[in-house]
Amino acid sequence: MLNVRDASGGYGERTVVKKVSFEVEQQEILGILGPNGSGKTTLMKMISGILPLKEGAITFRGKELSAYSSKQLAKEIAVLPQLHSHAFDYTVRETVSMGRYPHQKGMFAPWTKKDEAAVGDAMKQTGVSEFEHQSIQDLSGGERQRVFLAQALAQEPKLLLLDEPTNHLDLSYQKQLLDLLKEWTATHELTVVSIFHDLNIASLYCDRLLLLHYGETVRLSSPGDVLKKDIVEKVYQARVETQVHPELPKPQITLLPEHGQESSSMIQEDLFQVSSQHVLLTAPQSLKTLSSAVIGAGLGWHRHFVNRHVPMDYECADSYEDMCRYADENGWNAASTVGMMTAVMVEDVVIKEFKQEELSIVVAVTAGVGNAVDVALAHQRDEKQTVGTINSWIFVNGKLSDEAFIQAMMTATEAKVKALQQLNVKDPVTQTLATGTSTDSLLVAATQKGAYVQYAGPVTALGKMIGRGIVECTVEAIEVYRKRKNGSK
Amino acid sequence: MLKPSTRTSLANKVWIGYSLSSIFLVIAFCLAITIGSVQVPLKEMLQIFWGSLFGTQGELDQTLKTIVVDIRFPRVVLAALVGASLAIAGASFQGLLKNPLADPYTLGVSSGASVGAVMTIFFGITLPGLGSFTLPVVSILAALATLFIVLGFARFVERSMKMETIILTGIIFSSFLGSILSLMIALTGEELRQIINWLLGSVSMRGWEYIRLIAPFFIIGSFLLMWNARELNAMAFGEERAQHLGVNVRLRKYVVLASGSLLTGAAVAVSGTIGFVGLVVPHIVRMAWGADHRHVLPLSVINGATLLIICDLAARTIISPTELPIGVITALIGAPVFGLILIKKRRESRG
Repeated sequence: MLNVRDASGGYGERTVVKKVSFEVEQQEILGILGPNGSGKTTLMKMISGILPLKEGAITFRGKELSAYSSKQLAKEIAVLPQLHSHAFDYTVRETVSMGRYPHQKGMFAPWTKKDEAAVGDAMKQTGVSEFEHQSIQDLSGGERQRVFLAQALAQEPKLLLLDEPTNHLDLSYQKQLLDLLKEWTATHELTVVSIFHDLNIASLYCDRLLLLHYGETVRLSSPGDVLKKDIVEKVYQARVETQVHPELPKPQITLLPEHGQESSSMIQEDLFQVSSQHVLLTAPQSLKTLSSAVIGAGLGWHRHFVNRHVPMDYECADSYEDMCRYADENGWNAASTVGMMTAVMVEDVVIKEFKQEELSIVVAVTAGVGNAVDVALAHQRDEKQTVGTINSWIFVNGKLSDEAFIQAMMTATEAKVKALQQLNVKDPVTQTLATGTSTDSLLVAATQKGAYVQYAGPVTALGKMIGRGIVECTVEAIEVYRKRKNGSK
Repeated sequence: MLKPSTRTSLANKVWIGYSLSSIFLVIAFCLAITIGSVQVPLKEMLQIFWGSLFGTQGELDQTLKTIVVDIRFPRVVLAALVGASLAIAGASFQGLLKNPLADPYTLGVSSGASVGAVMTIFFGITLPGLGSFTLPVVSILAALATLFIVLGFARFVERSMKMETIILTGIIFSSFLGSILSLMIALTGEELRQIINWLLGSVSMRGWEYIRLIAPFFIIGSFLLMWNARELNAMAFGEERAQHLGVNVRLRKYVVLASGSLLTGAAVAVSGTIGFVGLVVPHIVRMAWGADHRHVLPLSVINGATLLIICDLAARTIISPTELPIGVITALIGAPVFGLILIKKRRESRG
């Protein structure tokens, strides 16, 4: 649809955009990215016909831009600029109506039904109908932005050029605007070329991205191909990390700020507070965690770690809510708490510290095996869950990679199975060796400071400590549990 | 969709604007014809016009008839044409330059036209083939030249051409050209008072001849501007925006600037420099009936005519029998309005 070939352009002697080439397909959304001064806006001006090219050519539907008259071009291409100036008190409706200019014919063009429909539609779609009789000077920046978008849409263009359309807009309108554009690409055969500042928004909504640096193309490809850690770090001169989007296969960029790198205190055995109610560890700073707890599960950052004792007959429809309430009542913010539950006497917790060179870990285990299960034969059992569980915590004073977190979980699980084997714990239903209980929970938490740990398999330095620690603690915890049980009989 | 009720109310608003403006114009016309050193009763006035139109000779007082038909009527028509020309020129300059303070006077265009007019009058220049039209034509050319120099200089000073920069440049050129005028007048050795009166603007004792001089330019200029009303609306959002909306900015800009100069030059040629009409009238029209140039321009024409008729009436009656220059009255009204607009604009840009 739009074809840009070796286009160079700039102001006066200075060439800002150098030999940029790309093609935009019909109904595509192309995002233009780049640091400040990389030539994004200049390129946009060249495409919109405001700035003549120095070299190269831009064709729209096979015809050079300069071959179109202003009016013809405005019927095909609409532009939403970054800044708006306005000297007079036009109403919203008057402003949007100006978008019909290229479609009106004759000297004192009559206002047709088609014009009225296009204006009404554009105002409705952008949600500005409610203030159509207000002056645009009385609107907020975001509202004004939407009015000018409505003006551009009223032109009924085939190609829409946007310069940072989400500027001034709050989160909900950013989403609305971009969802609207995405929808119009399908319903109105609209093609969009847009400058974005926000790499993540661009990644979510664009089919392809053009990354500019010093006026030259760095990369032109799909978001996943352009927003790579090394490329973004080089172009933007900032430490970043890419992450996955929770719902879409689009990369998301996270800034890694320079603050928060200062050294911090270690997690040690003496930080634990043990009572009959709960085992609590409040870390001096937030720890990166991966866990299967009741609250604070999954990957996250947390400061408070609670293993709460609940009675044997504890039954609660919503244990998540109950645990949040418990955390809040005790003055730990539920959002920064990892909370587990157990019917085991929590004061029997076994806590051990292990150290090897720079790396050190603390392991804490509470265990009850009344509900032991052999995972291999678990399919023979019914769904009914009884209480009795093994909750294991591993705190690592070190910096773990994502894979190390997962391997630490695997290593710990394998170690737990081995501990149950050593003590000959049996599944009471199948009478085979148990591999765990039906409700075991595991937490791996790391300070993310100090020694870097890439892997945590069983023969790595961290894996060795985890294996040994979990086995020792679990064995001891089960022995205490059995002693208490036998004693109470 | 627009609710039908609000749509009618909007249409009503503009319709009310045209009705009220026309009523005011008629009232101003009647007042200006009837009031003066000799009072002409309204009934007599109507009879005189009726008689002149249809040639029926009633029992008319010949003195009154002379006052009405030969003195006051042309004077009022001239005032109306000058006021209308200046007002629509001001409105279009404001739209084009996105600058509510722009008008022929603050831009220095009036002064430029005066230099042209004074040169023509005092050196007795007559361009071949133009005859008496030499005066407005030279004024118009001088107005156009001044406008381009002022805008060129403002752009040279500051590319973005901020509101204040343009006005400052206009005022500087205005006072520079004023000095040139004074110099020219001093060198010609004519009586200064008469010329200064002319410079401050007057529509007295000009007769039908001057109306013939301004009328064609008023018609052409107003028509060209109203033809570009929608383009002016678009250009009020900036030239780039107008281009994006499909306006042929280069062409339209020159048409508007030339038309504005045409109107200003012609008005100055027949009445001297009358300031602030082009500032006050469009401002009030916008405040009352909105900024759409399709209505701002015609409404400015009507109300500009009304304003200058009233100002002329005031100029010749306040300290009668002495006549004040009409520019004194318009400046008395215009300068405070200029201040108010400036304050309002600064507040807006800060807020």
